[in-house]
Amino acid sequence: MKKTLALVLAMCMLAACFAGCGSAKTETAEPTAAPAGDAAPSADAAPAAFKIGGTGPLTGGAAIYGNAVANGAKIAVDEINEAVGYTYFDLRIEDDAHDAEKAVNAYNALKDWGMQLSLGSTTSTPCSATAAETYADRIFALTPSASSPAVIEGKDNVFQMCFLDYPTQGGASAQYIGTMKLATKVGILWKNDEDYSTGLRNSFVDKAAEMGLEIVSEQTFTEGNADFSVQLTELQNAGAELVFLPMYYQPASLIFAQAAAMGYAPKWFGVDGMDGILTMEGFDPQMAEGVMLLTPFNADSKEAKTAAFVAKYRELYGDTPNQFAADAYDCIYAYKQALDAAGATPDMSNEELCDLMIKTFTSMTFDGLTGTGMTWDATGAVSKGAHGCVIENGAYVGLD
Amino acid sequence: MKKVNKATRKNFLTYALVIAAYGVLQSMVSSGSISSAMKGMLVPICAYVVMAVSLNLTVGVLGELSLGHAGFMSVGAFTGVTAAMALKGIVASAPLRLLIGMVVGAGFAAIAGVLIGIPVMRLKGDYLAIVTLAFGEIIKSIVTNLYVGVDENGLHLSMLTNKLDLGEGGRMIINGPMGITTIEKISTFTAGFLLVMVTLIIVFNLVNSRSGRAIMAIRDNRIAAESVGINITRYRMTAFVISAALAGAAGTLFAMNFSTIIASKFDFNTSILVLVFVVLGGLGNMLGSIIAAAALTILPEALRGFADYRMLIYAVILIIVMLTTNNKAVGDLLQKLLPGKKEEEESHG
Repeated sequence: MKKTLALVLAMCMLAACFAGCGSAKTETAEPTAAPAGDAAPSADAAPAAFKIGGTGPLTGGAAIYGNAVANGAKIAVDEINEAVGYTYFDLRIEDDAHDAEKAVNAYNALKDWGMQLSLGSTTSTPCSATAAETYADRIFALTPSASSPAVIEGKDNVFQMCFLDYPTQGGASAQYIGTMKLATKVGILWKNDEDYSTGLRNSFVDKAAEMGLEIVSEQTFTEGNADFSVQLTELQNAGAELVFLPMYYQPASLIFAQAAAMGYAPKWFGVDGMDGILTMEGFDPQMAEGVMLLTPFNADSKEAKTAAFVAKYRELYGDTPNQFAADAYDCIYAYKQALDAAGATPDMSNEELCDLMIKTFTSMTFDGLTGTGMTWDATGAVSKGAHGCVIENGAYVGLD
Repeated sequence: MKKVNKATRKNFLTYALVIAAYGVLQSMVSSGSISSAMKGMLVPICAYVVMAVSLNLTVGVLGELSLGHAGFMSVGAFTGVTAAMALKGIVASAPLRLLIGMVVGAGFAAIAGVLIGIPVMRLKGDYLAIVTLAFGEIIKSIVTNLYVGVDENGLHLSMLTNKLDLGEGGRMIINGPMGITTIEKISTFTAGFLLVMVTLIIVFNLVNSRSGRAIMAIRDNRIAAESVGINITRYRMTAFVISAALAGAAGTLFAMNFSTIIASKFDFNTSILVLVFVVLGGLGNMLGSIIAAAALTILPEALRGFADYRMLIYAVILIIVMLTTNNKAVGDLLQKLLPGKKEEEESHG
């Protein structure tokens, strides 16, 4: 009896494995080609390539981010390789399923492959685990999107490409709401078992007091919550004109649908984790109409470089690229610029490259898709501006 | 007489295999001939082996299905790491700090085991499974909302929101949902190996003792055991608490191998993963648990070459292994092969 039950439960887990694979397969079908295609040696006897590796959630709940990073980086690598006429960069992205333990395993696999420069990890918790490894191994890391301060804290060779790590992003949101006079009565709905959401909420509350915003209600939920009616009713009763949603897009999609069903329509204000909601499978973009968010990247920009990237991404992957893809694209170009400036060659060891990159990154200025005039300080944090965006007719439109 | 010999021989075979595996791997590490991927997995494998052996004590020997074993691992991880971090600067030696961390982790997990054991040991079978499942979730929620910091006045605790007012030079240890982010990596493969050996010694000696026979008698027939005067609650509690304490030590070892650890790592999936090790290795079969834990930790990494299909292939391999190990034809085949092997061993020894 017990044995049967144990077996049944074990089978449940296997079924979950299958389910995970199934849902992720359509999304990951494309990037499979990335490592395989790049690993193929180029025909001409060109100099060896720089080996760039990174980990990200290619499967599981956060797969949109990992795949966006893999795709964005792949486009940049292909462009550069084509422009120089030989394989300049060799790229490999390994799956970490948004888990620190698996990320370290993936990182070690990349190290065996001979990685010289790292893209860190896509998400924060795995990245703080791999960042400690890159620090110990003296491999330079530039993460496209891991925004936690723990990622760069105390590590001289770990840098970030993502704009404003969350202690400042929440504050920036409050400041934006305050200066733009979007609302005075603000509600917050946050996920209190997630570091990303908690960090944003804390910095938002700190800044809100300063900006004269009145927080009328704070509601929380935890992982796996699917019913937000209680929280939404509370927010409605408290008279919140604007609701700040510091969370990833998955719970947000449910919140929008349920608020619409109960006829509650405040102004919604999101953060960079909300990016991706428009391309979510089975989500009606109509629901997100009028949602505001802070993001450094606007896919509707008329600027030539961005327009070319968006067109290429659409053609190859059938989606509109989000901020994560743009960050990864920028990472590769920042590496190219830094390597050229430092006169680095692929036969250098990772220690030599690490020292060169630390020197170059802290002294150079980089113009990319996610901002111009970007600079890095010695801690590894990037400084660049953020744009307010509003979702109109299923697309981002700049607010200012 | 012969039966006892057989059990003892199997125990010594297990010790010998573990020591041999350690010897081979350690020499590979020192000569640098091991891949980074494999080297990085050594400590997690040791932690999972201890988890599997300790859960086997509950599931295989005691005969109760526990679905919250990762909860004890979590308790051990967070308390053990907190202790080791708070002692930084007081205790200079890293291995000693790790040892203290493991002892503290095991102690707190044992306390959690007693607390959960009081209601749980009144239940049996499926009811017990559900209560342990709930326990695992409770631990996850508590740790997610826990804030712990240390300064010169000692440890500070707060729940739900960060109300800590740390003094000069104070630092956060557990930061709510962000978990612990500044762990000093002091777990070593040698420490992991020693923990595996200690676990095996404890479990084998318990199983082969008077208490162990009483525990197995309860598993085989509760009413018969009660009728001959065995104190059911006491023996069940003993096995359950020892199992919890060992899981706590494994949790500390595991957490001290990564620079960051979060509560949601020790969720239901981790409990089930450990249960899969136990079921695959065979209920009550410690050597089987060790092999299954090691093999199933390495397998997903070894399958990285298959890119997107690796978890699919992993699952298919699991199903095939389950089917073949429970297949009568394969069992008969093994039986035919084994006696010959045994005779051979006896003639040598």
